[in-house]
Amino acid sequence: MTSARSAIFADEHEAFRDTVRRFIAKEVTPSVEAWEEAGEFPSELFKRFAALDLLGLKYPESLGGTDAGKLYEAVLFEELGRCGSGGVFAGIGAHVAIATPPVFNFGSEAQRRRWLQPAISGDLVMALAITEPSGGSDIAQVESSARRDGDHYVVNGSKTFITNGVRAGAVVALVRTKPEGGHHGLSILVIEKETPGYSVSRKLNKLGWRASDTAELTFQDCRVPVENRLGPEHEGFYQALANFEWERIWIAVGAVASAQRSLELAIDYAANRVQFGKRLAEMPVIRHKIAQMLLRIEQARHLTYHALWLHVNRQPCTKEVAMAKIAATEADVAVADEALQIHGGYGYMMEYPVQRAWRDARLGPIGAGTNEIMRDVIARELDL
Amino acid sequence: MAINVVVCVKQIPDPSAPARLDPASKRLVREGVDLVLDPGDEHAVEAALQVAEGAGGEVTVVSMGPARAVDAIRRALSMGGARGIHVQDPALQNSDALSTARVLAAAVKGQPFDLIVCGQESTDGSTGAVPGQLAELLGLPLLSFARKLSVEEGKASIHRQTDEGYDVVEAPLPAVVTVTGGINDPRYPSLRGIMQSKNKEVRQLTLEAIGLSGKAGEKALTQEVVDLQPAQARKAGRVIEDKGEGAREIVDFLAELKVI
Ligand SMILES: Cc1cc2nc3c(=O)[nH]c(=O)nc-3n(C[C@H](O)[C@H](O)[C@H](O)COP(=O)(O)OP(=O)(O)OC[C@H]3O[C@@H](n4cnc5c(N)ncnc54)[C@H](O)[C@@H]3O)c2cc1C
Ligand SMILES: Cc1cc2nc3c(=O)[nH]c(=O)nc-3n(C[C@H](O)[C@H](O)[C@H](O)COP(=O)(O)OP(=O)(O)OC[C@H]3O[C@@H](n4cnc5c(N)ncnc54)[C@H](O)[C@@H]3O)c2cc1C
Repeated sequence: MTSARSAIFADEHEAFRDTVRRFIAKEVTPSVEAWEEAGEFPSELFKRFAALDLLGLKYPESLGGTDAGKLYEAVLFEELGRCGSGGVFAGIGAHVAIATPPVFNFGSEAQRRRWLQPAISGDLVMALAITEPSGGSDIAQVESSARRDGDHYVVNGSKTFITNGVRAGAVVALVRTKPEGGHHGLSILVIEKETPGYSVSRKLNKLGWRASDTAELTFQDCRVPVENRLGPEHEGFYQALANFEWERIWIAVGAVASAQRSLELAIDYAANRVQFGKRLAEMPVIRHKIAQMLLRIEQARHLTYHALWLHVNRQPCTKEVAMAKIAATEADVAVADEALQIHGGYGYMMEYPVQRAWRDARLGPIGAGTNEIMRDVIARELDL
Repeated sequence: MAINVVVCVKQIPDPSAPARLDPASKRLVREGVDLVLDPGDEHAVEAALQVAEGAGGEVTVVSMGPARAVDAIRRALSMGGARGIHVQDPALQNSDALSTARVLAAAVKGQPFDLIVCGQESTDGSTGAVPGQLAELLGLPLLSFARKLSVEEGKASIHRQTDEGYDVVEAPLPAVVTVTGGINDPRYPSLRGIMQSKNKEVRQLTLEAIGLSGKAGEKALTQEVVDLQPAQARKAGRVIEDKGEGAREIVDFLAELKVI
């Protein structure tokens, strides 16, 4: 089933999609089961994506990127979103959508060369570390402290739920550089894996996104050179905020694509399963379910494309992005749930891919700012 | 010494979707379906690129087909071809294989080339006749069914796929080569390739421009599809139940078919 092409994408985007889709069909999809089972995909996958110029789509050529723009990256997210593994979507996505942007946005030329260039070539895997055990939604309360000591910061604290955290060569971490001052006392440090006092304390076991590694990180008197700070001191909160739109668009675009795939799984199944002498696809109740699923997806898709269009055209779109993130992730959960229902008992079996779509979809309303927080953002924008 | 290569590519209805034949015209339905560069021809493009890249030459992509066929040419250009030639003319509708070969021969004449690479047969028409006819019309040797191709010192050498293994066959350049699917793993067009392909020249030629008015296409058919029959339905397989002798029975069955 194909859906009508959106006016937002031009011929070149579709040609690019074709390349990404073939590449994923050949080099990702066949291994999804094994990677999900293993709880990680091989790190070489970053190199494979890099070989096709996929890790630097929005970055300049001087750093090894292609400067193609965010619409191309959105196409990449769509194709990752339907690859059959939320974990691969998460691991590759976190690297390009959330971990590298602060380095590009706020890093000096030397910092960009040091981290962004190898991140674009797939030699350095990066992670973004904001969430702490004490809180994820209220990021102004980040507690990990970075005390200045000469030309170093001494970092103490921990981060949790960090995608790519287990294998990351460098993490972009939001830390407290001023004990008081709430969101006025935070800074972003790039902390390299070899730094003494840095450790991966746990690889977390999860409901979904299983092929991505998710870590708890511990900093114990971890000495980070001051030159690893991105931009001015105490600006970290705003620097983190700066990429939230793109992070949410990443999740929204991926959720729509993943919902579309769940729908396709349901349609395939309904076309073949016979009960009461009829194919499921001929039963009015099932037909309406499928029509409803498509409706949910298209609603979410259009809101998402609208937000994407506003964002790439540099229009104010905080609430549109928040709405797209809600619509898309809730559509993904609902469609995956109906798709599983249409599969009957088989849907509950691990050998059918729909169970994974259902588990993976559940992260959407939690990650990248929970949907409760998204509704708060919308309300705040309304100046009620 | 630079080696310049021409690769002939055909745009066909997406083979991953079910194909439909129009009973009236007895031809494949090409409207309202997704059209793609023939997957077999992707191997031809890859082979051409490898030869040209190894020798510092360029690849010219040639196709005959309606307006939309330019997409197939662009795809080959995004893989790395240098320029395209697109022969398009209303009179070419319903061309047969010989017409196609005449058009391709006329289109590449006057082009400097050392080698022409084709797919061994198209995925839709699959007559496999065009490359041989093309070689004949140009007076060039044909090396067919290549599963390996190397070009050096004015000659092309291939491993020609056979039932038993392969023959090593050589011909002096220029020559026409057809390649099998086993010859290579076609590259994905990179984003850079896609962006660059937009700015590469695709020359549009009519029948008149190549001096073939009235000599190709519907007016010059040498063959006609007179009847269509659906392919024989595959016979049901044989079920071998394993009562301890299953493996032996399967081996016997395969031996009977001369598969092993
Ligand atoms: C698989 C996975 C991967 C992740 N990857 C990363 C990563 O790479 N980097 C990173 O930094 N973080 C990551 N996270 C963390 C994620 O962003 C947080 O889990 C999320 O922001 C929620 O924070 P929390 O878990 O602390 O929940 P809490 O903030 O404790 O929230 C608990 C519940 O309370 C609700 N709630 C909280 N505040 C309010 C309020 N004011 N009004 C109404 N309701 C409220 C929330 O919506 C939620 O339902 C990841 C999480 C998961 C599960
Ligand atoms: C049942 C049937 C239905 C048909 N329906 C149609 C139809 O609807 N429309 C139509 O136009 N033709 C139709 N044809 C004709 C058929 O497509 C032509 O014979 C075709 O022009 C070339 O033959 P082929 O596809 O068998 O090529 P083959 O000889 O099998 O192709 C071998 C190689 O020659 C090259 N080549 C072939 N064609 C071209 C080309 N056009 N441009 C560049 N390189 C090429 C490619 O490298 C290809 O891999 C039909 C034929 C049959 C048998």
